[in-house]
Amino acid sequence: MAQAVEGPAPSPGPAGFREYYARYAPYLVPVFAVFTALVVGALMIGLTGGDWLAAYIGLWEGSFGTPVAIANTVVRATPFIIAGLAVAVAFKSGLFNIGAEGQLYAGSVCVVLVGTLLQLPPVFHIPVGIIAGAIGGAAWASIAGFLKARTGAHEVINTIMLNYIAIRLTDWLIKSKTPYLLGDPADPSSARTMYIAETMRLPGFRVSDTIVLHLGILIAFGLVFLVAWLLNRTTIGFELRTVGSNPSAARYAGMSVPRTIVLAMACAGALAGIGGAGEVMGVRYALSTDFFSGLGFDAIAVALLARANPIGIIFSGLLWGGLLTGARLMQVRAGLSIDVIKIVQALIIMFVAADQIVRFIYRIPQRSSAEETMISRGWGGG
Amino acid sequence: MMATRRRGPTRRQIVAGFFIGLGLLLISTTISRVGQADSTISKLAFGVPGPVVQAPTALSLLLIGSLFLVSGALALVPAARRVATWLLWASTVLIFPAVLIWAAAGKQTNVMTMISETLRLGTPIALGAMAGIWAERSGVINIAIEGMMLSGAAFGFAAFAFTGNIWVGVLTAVLVGGLMALIHATLAIQFKTDQIISGTVINILAIGVTGYLRRQFIVDSGGGRVTLPQVPIPLLSDIPILGPTLFNGKPIFYAMVTLVVLTHLVLFFTRWGLRTRAVGENPRAADTVGINVYRVRYTDVLISGMIAGLGGAWFSLETVGNFDDGMTAGKGFIALAAMIFGKWMPFGAFGGAMLFGYFEALQTRLQILKVEIGGAPVPVQFLQILPYVATMVVLAGLIGRAVGPAAAGKPYEK
Repeated sequence: MAQAVEGPAPSPGPAGFREYYARYAPYLVPVFAVFTALVVGALMIGLTGGDWLAAYIGLWEGSFGTPVAIANTVVRATPFIIAGLAVAVAFKSGLFNIGAEGQLYAGSVCVVLVGTLLQLPPVFHIPVGIIAGAIGGAAWASIAGFLKARTGAHEVINTIMLNYIAIRLTDWLIKSKTPYLLGDPADPSSARTMYIAETMRLPGFRVSDTIVLHLGILIAFGLVFLVAWLLNRTTIGFELRTVGSNPSAARYAGMSVPRTIVLAMACAGALAGIGGAGEVMGVRYALSTDFFSGLGFDAIAVALLARANPIGIIFSGLLWGGLLTGARLMQVRAGLSIDVIKIVQALIIMFVAADQIVRFIYRIPQRSSAEETMISRGWGGG
Repeated sequence: MMATRRRGPTRRQIVAGFFIGLGLLLISTTISRVGQADSTISKLAFGVPGPVVQAPTALSLLLIGSLFLVSGALALVPAARRVATWLLWASTVLIFPAVLIWAAAGKQTNVMTMISETLRLGTPIALGAMAGIWAERSGVINIAIEGMMLSGAAFGFAAFAFTGNIWVGVLTAVLVGGLMALIHATLAIQFKTDQIISGTVINILAIGVTGYLRRQFIVDSGGGRVTLPQVPIPLLSDIPILGPTLFNGKPIFYAMVTLVVLTHLVLFFTRWGLRTRAVGENPRAADTVGINVYRVRYTDVLISGMIAGLGGAWFSLETVGNFDDGMTAGKGFIALAAMIFGKWMPFGAFGGAMLFGYFEALQTRLQILKVEIGGAPVPVQFLQILPYVATMVVLAGLIGRAVGPAAAGKPYEK
C-alpha cells in the first residue's frame, strides 16, 4: 500500500527509453514528417483507386534502386541543394527568400552571356562562369534586399514579383528576333539560348545515354561547407544570425541592420545564381524559360525540411531529387500522374512547417517559443 | 518595423522628380513635331456608336508634359505647397489619358472598352484584396490567397465539367477556397505556425493538387467550355455610353462590387466588424472583454478563403472556360499589394485593384495598337511585367505610407 502511494520505482528499461526519446526525438521530427506524409500519400493513392505499394516500390527503385538511378537522383538533387542553401541563408537572417527561381534565371542569363561571348581555356572559363552566375543572382536578389532595407517593403511579395519579371525578361532575351540577343538563330522554335562554349561545360562521367554525373554535386558540397562555416564561424555570419533572431539587439550592438539585410539577400542570390550556373554548365548547356519553373518553391521545401541547417540540406536535397527521379518509374508501375509526388512533397512541407502536428502524433515534447524564427512581421511599406 | 527616419529624398521630392523627368521627356520628344503640316491625330472614341475626340497627338502631349514639368517644379518650392499638391494630383490623373493619346497616335482606340476591361481585369484582384482584408483585419496574414484562388479555379472547373451546371462550379470554387482557408487557419491559429510559412505551404499544396487534378481528371473531360453568361442590368444597361460599360458585366464582377460594399459595411458598421478589428489590433484586450479571439479569427479566415475561391472561379468559369496550371499568374500576390495600397480599407483596396486592372488592360491595348518606341515595337514581355513592377512600386511605399493591423502575423497565445 505504501509502495503504491510512493509510486513504483521507474523500471530502467522503458523509462530510460522514454527519456532518450524525449531528448533526441526532436531531431527526428523531419524524418517523422516525411514518414507521415508518405502514409497520407499512400492513403490518398489508395482512396483514388491506385496501387500504393507498387507506386512506392517504383518510387524507391527509380530513385535509389540502381546505380544509374542514384546518379540521376544526384544530378537532380544538385540544384535543390544549392538553391536550398540560398533560402536557408536568408532564413537565418530573418528573411524569407521566395525568389530563388528568379535569381536562378538572373544568374543563368549571366552564365550564358560569358559562355557565348568569351573564349577562354576551361581552367579559367569554368570559374568565370560560376562567378558570373553568382553576380547575376546576387544583383537580382539585392533589389529585394535594398527595398526591404530602405523602405521596409516585405521581401516575400517583392521576390515573387522579381520571379515573374525575371522569367519575362529571360523570355524576351531568348525570343527577341530584331535583333537576336541570346536566342539561337539555329533553333526554329526559339525556345532556348545559344549553347555555351565547350570550354565552360562542367566535366563529368557519362552514366547513361542521357545522364552525365557532373562536377556540380561537388560544387554543392563545397558550398554547403562554405555556408556552414560562414554562418557559424565568421563575424558576417554572426551578424546575419543576430539580425535574423533579434534585430533590435543587433541595432543596439552597433550592427547596421539595413546593410546586413542587403548582404543577406545578396549572399542568398549569389548561391541561387551558382545553382543556375551548375544547371546551365553541367546539364543543359543552354537556357530556356521552363528550366527552373517551381524550383524556388522546391528550394523552400528543402530548406524548411533541413531546418535551414546547411548539412541537413544535403539530405533533404537528395530526398527531393529522389522523389522527382523516382516519380517516373512510379508512373509506369502504378499508372499514377507524376503530380502525386508534388502532393506528397506539399504534405511533407506541411508536416515540417507545422511540426506541432508531428510532435503531437509521435508524442514529442513541443518546442519552446524561443526557438522559433518569426518572419511574419507585417508588410512594411511604411 | 524600421522606426528610424528615412534618409535621402522625401517621397514628395521623388514624385516631383518623376513628374519633372516625365514632363521633360514628353516635351523633348513632341516639340519638334508640333505645327508640322501632317500632324498625327489620336482618336479617342467613347462607346462604339459614340463621340470621338480627335486630339492632335504632339500638341496634347506637349501641353500635358508642360503641366507635369510645372507641377513637379512647384512641388519643390516650399511656398507653393498647396497649389503644387493640387497640381500633382491633377498630373497623376492626367497620366491615364496621356498614355492613351500616346498609344493611339495615328489610330483610334475606344476609351470605354479600356474602362470596362479595367473593371473586368481588376475583378479577381479586388476579390483577392477583400480576402486579404478579411484575414488581416482579424490579425492573420493570408499570403495563401494565390493558392486558394488556384484551387478554387481548378475544383470549380472540375465540378462544372462533371455536373454540367456552371453554378455548381462556382459554389464548389467558393467551398474549396474555404477548405484551403481552414487548413491555413488550423496551422496559423491552432498550431501557431508562422503565418507566412503556413501560407507558402498552402500555395505549394495548391500547385500540386491542382496539377494532379488537371492531368488525372480534367484533361479527359474535354476543354473549352462555356463561361458564365453576361447579365445586363435592366434599365441601367440602356444608358448610352455608360450602360454597356458598367452595367453589362458577368456575375462574379457584380459579386465583387457587392462584396466591396458589404465588406466595408460589415467591418465598420456591425458588431462583428468591430470585434474583427479589435482582434486584429489588440487580441489580448479583446479577449479580456470576452471576445473569443480564436472563433473570430477562424471565421474571418474562412470568409477570406471563400472570397478568394470566388476569385478563382473568375479565372476558370467567368473568363477562360478551362483550367490551366498556374492560371492565376500571381494575381493573389498582386491583390495583397492592392490591399496595402488601399491601406486595408475596402474602397481603397478596390481602387488599388482597378489600378492594377488598368495596367493589365493597358498591356493588351498596347499590343493591339502595336505601339512602337524608337522605331521598334515594344516587346510584349515588357508590357507583361508592367503589373509586377507596379506592385513593387506600391510596396516600396512611393504611393502611400501604410500601417496594417497591429496584430497581423502574430499568433495569439491565450
